[in-house]
Amino acid sequence: MLDRITTLQDDTPILIADGLGKSYGRLRACRDISFKLYSGEVLAIVGESGSGKSTLLQLLSAQLAPNTGSVSYRMRDGSTRDLAAMGEAERRLLFRTDWGFVHQDPAMGLRMAVSAGANVGERLMAIGHNHYGKIRATATTWLERVEISADRIDDAPRTYSGGMRQRLQIARNLVTEPRLIFMDEPTGGLDVSVQARLLDMMRSPVGELGLSAIVVTHDLAVARLLSHRVMVMQGGRVIETGLTDQVLDDPREPYTQLLVSSILPA
Amino acid sequence: MNAPTYNFAYLDEQTKRMIRRAILKAIAIPGYQVPFASREMPMPYGWGTGGVQVTAAILGPDDRLKVIDQGSDDTTNAISIRKFFQKTAGVAVTTSTVNATVIQTRHRIHEAQLGAHQVLVYQVPIPEPLRFLEPRETETRRMHALAEYGLIHVKLYEDIARFGHIATAYAYPVKVNARYVMDPSPTPKFDNPKMDNCEALQLFGAGREKRIYAIPPYTTVQSLDFEDYPFEPYKHKACCALCNAADSYLDEIVTDDKGSRMFVCSDTDYCETRQAQGHRGSENASPFAESRHA
Amino acid sequence: MYVAVKGGERAIENAHRLLAHERRGDRSVPEVSLDQISNQLSLAVDRVMTEGSLYDRELASLAIKQARGDMIEAIFLLRAFRATLPRFGSSEPIDTAQMQVRRRVSSTFKDMPGGQVLGATFDYTHRLLDPALMGEASPEQPSVVAEAEPGVMPRVTDILGRDGLIEPSPVEDPEHQVGDITRDSLSFPADRDLRLQNLARGDEGYLLALGYSTQRGYGRNHPFAGEIRVGEVSVEFVPEDLGFAVPLGSITLTECQMVNQFKGSDTEAPCFTRGYGLAFGQSERKVMSMALVDRALRARELGEDVKAPAQDEEFVLSHSDNVQSTGFVEHLKLPHYVDFQSELGLLRKLRKEFAEANEAPTPMQEAAE
Repeated sequence: MLDRITTLQDDTPILIADGLGKSYGRLRACRDISFKLYSGEVLAIVGESGSGKSTLLQLLSAQLAPNTGSVSYRMRDGSTRDLAAMGEAERRLLFRTDWGFVHQDPAMGLRMAVSAGANVGERLMAIGHNHYGKIRATATTWLERVEISADRIDDAPRTYSGGMRQRLQIARNLVTEPRLIFMDEPTGGLDVSVQARLLDMMRSPVGELGLSAIVVTHDLAVARLLSHRVMVMQGGRVIETGLTDQVLDDPREPYTQLLVSSILPA
Repeated sequence: MNAPTYNFAYLDEQTKRMIRRAILKAIAIPGYQVPFASREMPMPYGWGTGGVQVTAAILGPDDRLKVIDQGSDDTTNAISIRKFFQKTAGVAVTTSTVNATVIQTRHRIHEAQLGAHQVLVYQVPIPEPLRFLEPRETETRRMHALAEYGLIHVKLYEDIARFGHIATAYAYPVKVNARYVMDPSPTPKFDNPKMDNCEALQLFGAGREKRIYAIPPYTTVQSLDFEDYPFEPYKHKACCALCNAADSYLDEIVTDDKGSRMFVCSDTDYCETRQAQGHRGSENASPFAESRHA
Repeated sequence: MYVAVKGGERAIENAHRLLAHERRGDRSVPEVSLDQISNQLSLAVDRVMTEGSLYDRELASLAIKQARGDMIEAIFLLRAFRATLPRFGSSEPIDTAQMQVRRRVSSTFKDMPGGQVLGATFDYTHRLLDPALMGEASPEQPSVVAEAEPGVMPRVTDILGRDGLIEPSPVEDPEHQVGDITRDSLSFPADRDLRLQNLARGDEGYLLALGYSTQRGYGRNHPFAGEIRVGEVSVEFVPEDLGFAVPLGSITLTECQMVNQFKGSDTEAPCFTRGYGLAFGQSERKVMSMALVDRALRARELGEDVKAPAQDEEFVLSHSDNVQSTGFVEHLKLPHYVDFQSELGLLRKLRKEFAEANEAPTPMQEAAE
């Protein structure tokens, strides 16, 4: 995927994290984290559990307020806005249109008792689409894109396998053609073969829509397959960052070396 | 002993003013549920305490009150509420829709068209149209504030996907003044079109849930639907067996234990007025019956 | 010819007359007096006053009599009356440290200033039906014990508080006026003043079950009954035109101060936390349950996980009121013909469509339609 980094159209970042910090009592989950994400870029945040990567994802997606620092986002109109200064209405609108969030547990991101078609259609209806036939047609297209057979459109995700649920969650997020997608361990809890298929499938829409993504994972294979750039976290800090192949093939920090050596040979 | 004494229309004037302020706010923001400090009333919660408080707050000595339940003036709860106001306010009561100035209702909008001099007060059990999709008040209030109504369309979508059409027969949600999604109280969807652009003021009171909302006169009230699956008002296939009306909401009456049924108007005043005008249905044929349905 | 159902008015009148007759029961049995209820069913009166939110023994006794002993109905009658009373103002905060104690027990200290005062309690009775009460019994006069002189006793939580072992009782904040759930509708999140008001008039059985659930692990908060005290407290009121407090009289109260699991952080020394319960009359089960639930509802404020039903503020507070609950449950008795008719129509339509989709129509069926 490295080749695509050269095709980025503009050099204004889509998301800027500046000095982000978050503490829980005495525990400092994230400290002084700054980086820029560019349009079309996929950034992987890797580290062991407890390294602060999930907290960071919540800070970046404005689901959690930082104790220090700020997150800014470049809107469709080109203006860059501080997320904390936005009203709730505007933030929630971003969430349903311009952003996607893929949870590790699909049950968190789906309505499990509602049909797949309605799960995909909900974001469209939330922004005013009001033609049943068209909503259903769009949902069908998206189900096919994530390799779910169209004849499962009226089944609830309760009846789906783990891998299908995860693909449905991705379709539900992508239907409004967001510009930025957050993923929290998107392949966690899935079998290795199912993971491979999911990753394979995720690469194409990410590429076709030119969307930016931030993927939190403890699995370096996922980072290698999906991301352009990697940030390695330890104890709430970013200890190493760089192009994915460079960091994974030639890690500088001893911690990253350990991480790479324990995962990659497997 | 502190012998109880009661004010005109039961509630004390302070309470009435509090309710009137809520009503005024509700009128100013059509379809928005205004919280109010609902009082305990001498009838149980769920039996019309919200409607009764609204009626008590707006009733004046010159009003003529009509109370219906299921469209009828003669159901026990309607009688009980009518008697309550007769006793506590001494106002004139009527069963005639056209003569009434204030009409309190449960579960129906009567058939006769409302005029500008009338106020229709609805009893509301669950004011929140999103309640059964999202049980949390904190969440539903936020959804209303941000006009996030995707979820209610999910429900309508599911209906169509499963049944081929929207399968909500009563308490059919509406959008008021192109802004707030509102529960019309458990009236049949047959009655929904009557709320739209209505000449009269419509007030909704939910006592247990402590909410008042309103549709001011001449306000757009649109039943939720899809462009390609538009709202369809319920249509009976039968005529009233007593007055032969073809345009009214009908109650089904089981006439024996062998499955025999007949249909009669749910709105008793409408039915009796028609019968007085000489209309006759199949079960009520006079020698001069103008039409007879077998 | 069919005639639409009529006569609801007569039916109601007759039903009311029958109700009055049944309430009276066998007329050869003497009618129960309000004094008898107030004196001999005094705990029932206490509960009706507490959940009816009106301290008036006579009216509460009347409500119990009129409700034929149905407690929730009696509470309802009292509440409905209370709602119509004009409000002159609020009393000064009562001071339970000044209570004239009749009963006081603590499970946290064997002895403390003022000692344990057992008072009148079922606690150590054997629950054997007493045939002596089947007729008219005249129990012995209670012995007046010199050492248990009723009097003012320091509260156990004040004793703990002197050493900082328990969080201080919240102090009055002139910026934050105490709310009033009878004058404003409850919104969430609700502060503790509103939560306690809601719990104080909440159904005893409901609070009992919720409190019990916290003990069984659904939101456990490690309670100790710091102190339960019953006695008389004087009530004072400041009339606007006088400008100083005048006593209105005294009322009987039961108070429970629960001592619960401690909190602490790197900036705060650990100390016990509190749960609080207060009720009219002698209502020990109620105040203990209330204190457990109050503490459970403070989870958010104290930074604990909110997972158990008793910690879910919106759930607990929205369903605690038995007058609301009974009204809405029982409203299912009211006619729903119209809604049911709509559902019936829809169901028939769906069944017809189902049948059409599943069977190829034969000429016979078409003819039948």
